[in-house]
Amino acid sequence: MDNCVDAKQFCERVLDTAKRLGASYADVRIVKRDSESISLRTGKVEGLDRSSGYGFGVRVIVDDAWGFACSPDVTMGKGEQIAEDAVRTARASATLKRKSVQLADVEPVTGSFNTTWQTDPFDVALDEKIGALKELDSALRCDEKIKLTDCNMRFWKFEQVFASSEGAYIEQKKIESGAEASATAIEGAEVQRRSIPTGDYATAGYEFVESLQLIDQAEQAAHEAIAMLNAPVCPSGEHTLILDGHMLALQVHESCGHPIELDRVFGMESSFAGTSFLTIDKLGTFQYGSDIVNITADATLPGGLGSFAYDDEGVPSRRTDIVKNGVFSGYLTSRETAGEMGWSSGGAMRADGWNRIPLIRMTNINLLPGDWTFDELIADTDHGIYASSVASWSIDDKRLNFQFGTEIAWEIVDGSIGRVLRNPIYSGMTPEFWGNCDAICDEDEWKIWGTPNCGKGEPGQTAHVGHGVAPTRFRKVRTEGAK
Amino acid sequence: MKPDKLLDVALNHSSADQTEVALYTGKSALTRFANSTIHQNMLFEGQSLRIRAVFGKKVASGSTNRLDESGVIELADRVVEMARLQDENKDFISLPKPMNPVQDAQGFCQSTADSSPEQRANQVRALVSEADKTGGSAAGSYTVQTGEHFIKNTLGVDSYYSGTYANLLTVITGPDGGFGYAACTSSDVGDIDGRQIGAQAAVLARDSANPIGIEPGEYECILMPYAVSDMINMLVWMGFGAKEYQEGRSWVCGKLGQKVVSESISLWDDGLDPRTIISPFDSEGIARQRVDLIKNGAANAVLYDSYTAHLEGKQSTGHAPRGRGHNLIMAPGEASIDDMVASTKRGVLVTRLHYTNIAHQMSASFTGMTRDGTFLIEDGRIIRPVKNMRFTQSITQALSDTQMVGSELKLEDGVLAPALKLGKFSFSSATQF
Repeated sequence: MDNCVDAKQFCERVLDTAKRLGASYADVRIVKRDSESISLRTGKVEGLDRSSGYGFGVRVIVDDAWGFACSPDVTMGKGEQIAEDAVRTARASATLKRKSVQLADVEPVTGSFNTTWQTDPFDVALDEKIGALKELDSALRCDEKIKLTDCNMRFWKFEQVFASSEGAYIEQKKIESGAEASATAIEGAEVQRRSIPTGDYATAGYEFVESLQLIDQAEQAAHEAIAMLNAPVCPSGEHTLILDGHMLALQVHESCGHPIELDRVFGMESSFAGTSFLTIDKLGTFQYGSDIVNITADATLPGGLGSFAYDDEGVPSRRTDIVKNGVFSGYLTSRETAGEMGWSSGGAMRADGWNRIPLIRMTNINLLPGDWTFDELIADTDHGIYASSVASWSIDDKRLNFQFGTEIAWEIVDGSIGRVLRNPIYSGMTPEFWGNCDAICDEDEWKIWGTPNCGKGEPGQTAHVGHGVAPTRFRKVRTEGAK
Repeated sequence: MKPDKLLDVALNHSSADQTEVALYTGKSALTRFANSTIHQNMLFEGQSLRIRAVFGKKVASGSTNRLDESGVIELADRVVEMARLQDENKDFISLPKPMNPVQDAQGFCQSTADSSPEQRANQVRALVSEADKTGGSAAGSYTVQTGEHFIKNTLGVDSYYSGTYANLLTVITGPDGGFGYAACTSSDVGDIDGRQIGAQAAVLARDSANPIGIEPGEYECILMPYAVSDMINMLVWMGFGAKEYQEGRSWVCGKLGQKVVSESISLWDDGLDPRTIISPFDSEGIARQRVDLIKNGAANAVLYDSYTAHLEGKQSTGHAPRGRGHNLIMAPGEASIDDMVASTKRGVLVTRLHYTNIAHQMSASFTGMTRDGTFLIEDGRIIRPVKNMRFTQSITQALSDTQMVGSELKLEDGVLAPALKLGKFSFSSATQF
């Protein structure tokens, strides 16, 4: 990190200070984050922003309780002061402590790790990026009924040092890139938005944005937005539902990814985001879904937006079975929550920058592929609804009762995709919904979708996570049309 | 470097036609607790400098938290270069000029700024002791913030404000599985009473134990102020920003001046109202105007930043970015909660909403779950707790049948809201708890 004091000496000073003041454990993270966003709205560059942030955070355990403090001023003197602040805060925590923090063991690692990229997006000329978005915008505005367009690119670069009082010292560098675009058709009071369905984010360089080839599908997206203006409203009733990858990624995120966070299960987020129906007594026995449902948490997948080498507790990335043949079989864990269970950590602790504590966050939560081609899946469906792209989402605080809206749907009649349906909504209860999953498309249809906006914690933290999925069919799903 | 000098360095260094600089410095603390234990306890020091540079109709922005001279100059150079390379936005007219003077606002409280980790732990212990009395378990958070905001631009805008914020909230889980929520927000930590908040939530947790399921459907509904504030934030988000209005995506489109809800409903945004967390100017340094959004049931106005205001030849109302309301106030009525319950034949009392989201923007329809205390009312009495339910409901339709407005206002999530008794509210399904 170019604008840092000697990072190793700084970390040693901070950790020594914390230990001298009574910390039984301490870690420090120095984080530099650069981000760039370019937003075109209906032909005009409305947002062009490049921001950078730099600082450090210190986490300590004193008297078996946690404290944390942070500062943007990465200097030796400030390091000592912040370590002292963290210790004082932990002592205050210890005055209301009903149980002691027990960390699962982890082998302290020393090393340096980068994700891979071909083209650093921050090195790509601004006019090239704006030019690509303008071309995309023009393609989306192919009809006068398209009144609004949104074309966005976003890039992030992270450089981070993690050091712990146990001897870990890990340097990591990561680049993430992505782009998305949509067209909105408006006629009177009817407003219909359609995204280009391949818009996405990944742990990769600018080459990922180029590979999306968004422009190839721009006109189709625009025409689908227009088609929805006068399309029939999605019918109410119980239907067979096929979800495309983009919508299914959110379904996995909300109904599987969040309830397997062990801090939620332990009530540590209960006043804010809520808890989980996947309580410890269900582990290994609860029928989460049908026997074709296999879900993993896997931070090792190359390119996934939830991939990394080590989490923010210095635990190596790994793959964990979450649902195996339909049976609930694993959690996302931290050293603290795993320690409480006598397990080793699953390596899912990540912080949204230097000024946030690590929380249990999703990595890449993946529904493993089945053996259907997409064409076979449609042909095998006598009557149903095929729904695409996320429009709206809501789920209860134990992650059971959900209602999601998609941008668009199509009727499936006699094994063929038919007319467009507008304002589709579907709802259900998580275990019943996954229990009615009867077909999953194969590896050719499977891809990891990047979700760069997963919110959790207080103060709010945004995590970048991934979901590997392929189009999937569910029976007996309640649908309706929003109005 | 002192803030004034830092701002001047940035403004003087920029070669853009127009430049805006915004500086924030602050300290905050957050004590989170769960299972009646403090499990996360954090102190934050923060600072950030944002620069917006304009060449003609080319605009770019950037930020940094490196506030030494070289960090400021590096940011100014970067943003200026980006603006030069930028495409023209033909709709952009100018950064805002100074308009109404920013009024002196008393939103800073020294005792809040001086609050210590030990004081916060004491309040949380007092709260938890109330949960202990009922055999319950407390979770929640105690936030304390102190911040200074400086905004200057080369057209003469020069705004400064220093304010504080404190919020203590809890969800208490009772021994029999009931849930209760209570919270308090103020600029003064002296207003925060952990014991009182704990007692309120503990009673609610006790009363909401062992809920039964009821058939989803349309019910008379009493929304407590916590629930009303969530609903009002959604209503404003879906309709009262000038950007959405100009683009034809707002439920308010074509309805300004028309009756959209019951005449008993009036709603406005006022950044200077001391009952809210004062916010005297927006992110462009423009004084927040009081804007009457709904006046006696009629949609009255939308919220502008300088960009959207210039598009209509108007002045900003001080609601950058993107026309968002931060100090929303709903006019109180005369009813008590007891009056509302007594007037209800068969209905549902909702304490709080969860995970609300847009269902259909043009009809102001939203969805979400009830949470932390939902009760069945029959023949003017609260009969028993019920399992949480999902609702999907047009907010304007619900407010059109407002039967009573509460006399007491509560500040929650930036909204000063009363309880409401609504003639109809539509619940579509139930959950298991």
